Amino acid sequence: MTPLLEVRDLKKYFQNKGGMLHAVDGVNFKLEAGQTLGVVGESGCGKTTLGRTVLHLTEPTSGQILFEGKDITNPSKQELRRLREQMQIIFQDPFSSLNPRMTVSEAIMEPLLLRGGMKKAEMLDETRKLMETVGLAERFENTYPHELDGGRRQRIGIARALSLKPKFIVCDEPVSALDVSIQAQIINLMLDLQEEMGLSYIFVTHDLSVVKYISNVIMVMYLGQVVEMAPADDLFSNTSHPYSKALLSSIPVPDIHNKKERILLHGEITSPVNPKPGCRFLARCPYAAEECNRPQTLEECSPGHFVACCKYTEIK
Amino acid sequence: MKIKSRKKSRLHEIWQQLKKNRLAVVALFIIILLILVALFASFIAPYPYSQQNAKLSNAPPSAEHLLGNDKLGRDILSRLIYGSQQSLSMGVIAVAIAATLGILLGAVAGYFGGWVDSLCMRLLDIYQAIPMFLLSVALAAIMGPSLRNAIIALGIGTVPGFARIMRASVLTVREKEYIEAARAINAGNGRIIVKHIIPNAIGPLIVQITMGIGGCVLAGSALSFIGLGVQPPIPEWGALISDARSVMRQYPTQALYPGICVMVSVLACNLLGDGLRDALDPRLKN
Amino acid sequence: MADNLLEIRNLAVEYHTDDAQIYAVNNINLTVRQGETIGIVGETGAGKTTIAKSIMRILPNPQAKLISGEIFYRDENILKLSEKEMRRIRGNKIAMIFQDPMTALNPIEKVGFQIAETIKLHNKISSVEAEKRACDMLEMVGIPMERFSEYPHQFSGGMKQRVVIAMALACNPELLLADEPTTALDVTIQAQVLDMMRSLKEKLNTSVVLITHDLGIVADFCDTVAVTYAGEIVERGTVEQLFDNPSHPYTLGLFGSLPRLDSTERRLKPVRGLMPDPTNLPSGCRFHDRCPDATDKCAEVAPEDVEVAPGHIVKCINAVGGAV
Repeated sequence: MTPLLEVRDLKKYFQNKGGMLHAVDGVNFKLEAGQTLGVVGESGCGKTTLGRTVLHLTEPTSGQILFEGKDITNPSKQELRRLREQMQIIFQDPFSSLNPRMTVSEAIMEPLLLRGGMKKAEMLDETRKLMETVGLAERFENTYPHELDGGRRQRIGIARALSLKPKFIVCDEPVSALDVSIQAQIINLMLDLQEEMGLSYIFVTHDLSVVKYISNVIMVMYLGQVVEMAPADDLFSNTSHPYSKALLSSIPVPDIHNKKERILLHGEITSPVNPKPGCRFLARCPYAAEECNRPQTLEECSPGHFVACCKYTEIK
Repeated sequence: MKIKSRKKSRLHEIWQQLKKNRLAVVALFIIILLILVALFASFIAPYPYSQQNAKLSNAPPSAEHLLGNDKLGRDILSRLIYGSQQSLSMGVIAVAIAATLGILLGAVAGYFGGWVDSLCMRLLDIYQAIPMFLLSVALAAIMGPSLRNAIIALGIGTVPGFARIMRASVLTVREKEYIEAARAINAGNGRIIVKHIIPNAIGPLIVQITMGIGGCVLAGSALSFIGLGVQPPIPEWGALISDARSVMRQYPTQALYPGICVMVSVLACNLLGDGLRDALDPRLKN
Repeated sequence: MADNLLEIRNLAVEYHTDDAQIYAVNNINLTVRQGETIGIVGETGAGKTTIAKSIMRILPNPQAKLISGEIFYRDENILKLSEKEMRRIRGNKIAMIFQDPMTALNPIEKVGFQIAETIKLHNKISSVEAEKRACDMLEMVGIPMERFSEYPHQFSGGMKQRVVIAMALACNPELLLADEPTTALDVTIQAQVLDMMRSLKEKLNTSVVLITHDLGIVADFCDTVAVTYAGEIVERGTVEQLFDNPSHPYTLGLFGSLPRLDSTERRLKPVRGLMPDPTNLPSGCRFHDRCPDATDKCAEVAPEDVEVAPGHIVKCINAVGGAV
């Protein structure tokens, strides 16, 4: 079966004052229909750029993107229009992702309006249905986003993304700006929607505990590269890359009896501008050795579990 | 947080906010009054503006002529009332021209960035190297003195200010995620500019517009004062001050009345502009 | 009590705006012992930051109104102190760290000087001495001395927060108020900063009030916890009491909302509904309309504090006193 989305050796570089910023550097993955790919990493690891490049919100520097087996790396304007109806995005900040001058219904209706071919009444009908789907009461139809709280705003963002009935949605930290109790409501909503509509997600986040809930496969990124990719449970039970280990151990767990041993990293994330060819985690890695100066490749360490570390067998 | 189920008109909401600022309300009232006076000048004015009466040359105020007469014996009150037509239209139309050009230029430069932005901004730089009033004077002198030409000269002269404010405002709005969201749902550049950029970037400009009207009333009066604007015998506040120059020592009030008119209208515009700035920002609510 | 460093009694704060009254904090009681770390947990708008600002006496003026209450710092009611006397305590005995390290530092002054400035403000020492102390502080938070004369923009987020912490600790305060000190940081950096704060706290025997929304940080860092909801403390107790035996329905709801790494559940159990409007709070128990166990009585009667175990206090009429 062809995967819904396939990305091959995707690169996105930005020209920067100091040189080339390697935001996304040779990423490969496949996403099956109805599945969720979690992309985890810290700020500046390129996870957001990855999501946007897949949607052609920024153009890739090189590499290949295939959607349902078709190459969509360099789409024509018409192709891109049709693609965007099938690929949507939900943004992180529900405060800045909604036009403050548009009412709730106007915001949800806009994609329908732009696609065309529907009467005003039909669109309004559709908008109300969407609002119901995402759990927004009809009385909010004519309110402006600034009158609503973060959770409701994020529901508007979800409804807008769903309005064209896409097959695939990039979720860019959709719950990071929300309080925990609201966060849980939104995550449940997204899980329900996925089940009902057979959606596929790319779920970009810095929060490993959230991503575990929602993902089938998790990809850990560091400075533009994938350092580890594995089925969700396997990644947690069988963490192999030193960075993933440190990341996992850094999460504060609300449990006072099983305190984890923290792996404290030293130093900060190095610059993604003109990186050296070797392992990018080298400077902070507790297991760093001579051979780490060579470029690292993703290797399958167990079925479906890939890791980009030449020392993973020793570390275990 | 109360949720209103009705869609309230935008104007109503702005009024609700503006109401809180008493000075702005007074200013708005003055501006409306001035506009009404200008519109119905021919009904309000007790005499035609050009009716002369040699016997009443420089006459002091009387029951028939409330503010007295000028050196040609024309009723000063009537001339002030008719003068509002010229002065206000000069301000409003000049700013309308300037704002339209400025918004478009600023929005395009700010949204597209890159060489488009550089081109627009460098042109404005060159343009702004010429003093605005001097430019208006030169334009009015070339095209010939008349109300229409004064308006065009003022309008063109004030474009850069509007364009720059618009561009700065667009630059911040452009980075908002909802612009990216609009692109993700296939909105074209035209729609993004008109529907998403301009409505959100226009706030600071509204203030500039109201204050600009005041500025243009002032500049227009100055043009007329030096004889490059409205031509006699048509009254205009600046021209009235100019007329009163020769008798300023003996009858200073003749220059004072139009001066007060200019001052009050400019002040009212500025106060309203200030009030609108606060009222227009939905994020400042509560 | 002698071992109480800070004691808050019946604190109530309101914010007045043009057309609304916001009930930010309502009748809060809290004690902090010498050397103790207390976590204040709650969601946006629960009044956490208002509590900290009340202790520092930096509530926004004139919107904030102190309705009632006393805050005792070593048997001295700091709400009664004059501004001049307060300046002696603020920054010196009680220091505060804000959430956003970017805004807490002056961008046009060298980092080291900013720390030295703070030291000089509260101690009568020479500039040279203050700068030497500032260098020591930088080393203590793990920043090499050589970076003394760099500007804030040359530092990463985690390092800026270290500088802010160094500034707060520069005068050896007895009480440190930390308002979401790691929220703006990445997890691996957060782990570093928390680890550093822990060792500094132990070394200097500082009491810490840690404001956070993250129960994980509380479990890791605090001795006692207070859970806030809509301006009230709904449950407080030691970390063990609260994590082993959470008793207020809201606390239980918070735990249910958390995605957990060790759980195999596919669905979260969030608290239903939304935070109440702080200008228009529900009658009776403020949580009753979201509470799964609410009875008719909950809408009418405001619950009293119930001590379910020694030191474990729950604000719920369904809580049973003395139960374990």
